[in-house]
Amino acid sequence: MNELDSKATILLMGLRRGGKSSICKVVFHNMQPLDTLYLESTTNPTSEHFSTLIDLGVMELPGQLNYFEPSYESEALFKNVGALVYVIDAQDEYLNALTNLAMIIEYAYKVNTKINFEVLIHKVDSLSEDFKLDTQRDIMQRTGDELFDLGLEGVQVSFHLTSIFDHSIYEAFSRIVQKLISELPFLENMLDNLVQHSKMEKCFLFDINSKIYVATDSSPVDIRTYEVCAEFVDVTIDLQNLYKDQNEDRQMKSVSILGNGVVIYLRQMIRSLALVALIRPTNSSTSPANYDTSIESCLTVMDYNIDIFKKGLEMVWAHAKVPGTEMDHRPQEHYKPATTF
Amino acid sequence: MSSNNRKKLLLMGRSGAGKSSMRSIIFSNYSAFDTRRLGATIDVEHSHLRFLGNLTLNLWDCGGQDVFMENYFTQQKDHIFQMVQVLIHVFDVESQEVRRDIDIFMRALKQLKRYSPGAKIFVLLHKMDLVQLDKRHELFELMISKLQETSEIYGFPDLVGFPTSIWDESLYKAWSQIVCSLIPNMDLYQSNLKNLKEVMDAREIILFEKATFLVVCSSNTSTGKSLDPKRFEIISNVMKNFKQSSMKLKSSFRTLVLNDKIYVSELSPDMMCFIVLNKSEDPQDLILENIKKARVYFQ
Repeated sequence: MNELDSKATILLMGLRRGGKSSICKVVFHNMQPLDTLYLESTTNPTSEHFSTLIDLGVMELPGQLNYFEPSYESEALFKNVGALVYVIDAQDEYLNALTNLAMIIEYAYKVNTKINFEVLIHKVDSLSEDFKLDTQRDIMQRTGDELFDLGLEGVQVSFHLTSIFDHSIYEAFSRIVQKLISELPFLENMLDNLVQHSKMEKCFLFDINSKIYVATDSSPVDIRTYEVCAEFVDVTIDLQNLYKDQNEDRQMKSVSILGNGVVIYLRQMIRSLALVALIRPTNSSTSPANYDTSIESCLTVMDYNIDIFKKGLEMVWAHAKVPGTEMDHRPQEHYKPATTF
Repeated sequence: MSSNNRKKLLLMGRSGAGKSSMRSIIFSNYSAFDTRRLGATIDVEHSHLRFLGNLTLNLWDCGGQDVFMENYFTQQKDHIFQMVQVLIHVFDVESQEVRRDIDIFMRALKQLKRYSPGAKIFVLLHKMDLVQLDKRHELFELMISKLQETSEIYGFPDLVGFPTSIWDESLYKAWSQIVCSLIPNMDLYQSNLKNLKEVMDAREIILFEKATFLVVCSSNTSTGKSLDPKRFEIISNVMKNFKQSSMKLKSSFRTLVLNDKIYVSELSPDMMCFIVLNKSEDPQDLILENIKKARVYFQ
């Protein structure tokens, strides 16, 4: 079978100078946001593959091409795509972009009705808080109107406000990637179980290379918590790399205790995934002497529970790879859950 | 507290060289990005920083506009240049008027020779990130040898220079060495650290100042050559970023244990220790107990 076909592919599109390459570089190559100022204009479609929980392909199309020229194989392109991410520059005049977007959606929807359409309202870092919301409302409204005129009111389009200078771009990509993971409901369920039984406040399943979270428990995501957890992944990797022996291939595990008793816990899971959890030990006796012991017992429980969770993850993954239940781009529809869960 | 523990540091350089940015990053927890918001410093901005408990750094950040500069060298000269322990002179690598920059430096040295001849001189070649990677070293050598000559004429033969940039760890390296040159009981720390290293069978132990995460001293200088020579600065940088982000959870950083091998923990109210063990089999309790015991020696 063709490896490429089974990959969930994200197609990154938008007008020129919208910031597509910068997004790619920042999210998947750890480039510093300021360095992206020096990126050259992309001339050819570039594609990259990432192996997180699923094999993810990200394909970036140059903005200046016209995809409706008959010579271009746009039909084949849209057929194998899981999500279409359209980048709109919020600092620029965006009416052209919206027309372009509507055209692309119309065409893509004809070819493949299963595509997730995602719109990134990008470069919002320089807009004031009020103006951000106004812009979002305006863009949503206009897109809705355009699609209505084309007779496509059934198409679901999601909008995200993003900037590469803060964590919003990771947040948006996390949500986009999550839609492509067919095992997501099981993962969330497992994480929920884990959270309930280990006094955790929040936990994320991170891809350690890109800091995208592929799953989290069902409590609402606080962006600050996410930032701290993502930075903890960075800290762990950086420190580990400094003192790593060549022949050493250990699974990462790190624990940090903060002044007010909050514990940040990181354990490496399968396939370059790491579980990062935030624990707030409920200390019934608030005296400082019991403080340390309550953290300690909490960590022991954590270790045990996370071992179980890891086994579960391995099993889900083993089943996901069985031919026949091979991943489809859309969750839930064709995928039969493994009976063990 | 004896007046001996008060150290006066002059931070000089022409306007726009990045003096206040450095100060804000090292001592006020700014990120490099935040420094854009800083305006011009008017006249002299004083800051008093407690460092390692009994050491007080009086940092005089001298605004670099020509008007102020002229003032320092004429009317205020005795006020500014008296009892200076350290002069940190900052040069902008991108500056168009190198001659004038050096001229100002010479005038400062002249006053220093008159009012505080025992001062240590540090020169920072700042904004190195704006120079191409392969040209940095050459440019640095050229500039430093030139400045060395200049300062020798004024009777300060051992000038120390650093290439710095706020966008990487070079800034921490420079400031660590500057501040370390002021710590009086360094030998004691060094020998205590050596003992601790042997007791714990550690690969390396590094001491950091808690608030700024500048390196105070480290256990090995010769062994472990395979390690990254820039690791101190990288650790400073990484830990400071993490300290910053733990602030988002309305808390302060306390300990970190990585792979049962790297321990970061408080050693005294104003010091952090960073311990890398040779092996990771030892139980955590034992290590933490050792660290607790060691605290007595680093008060």
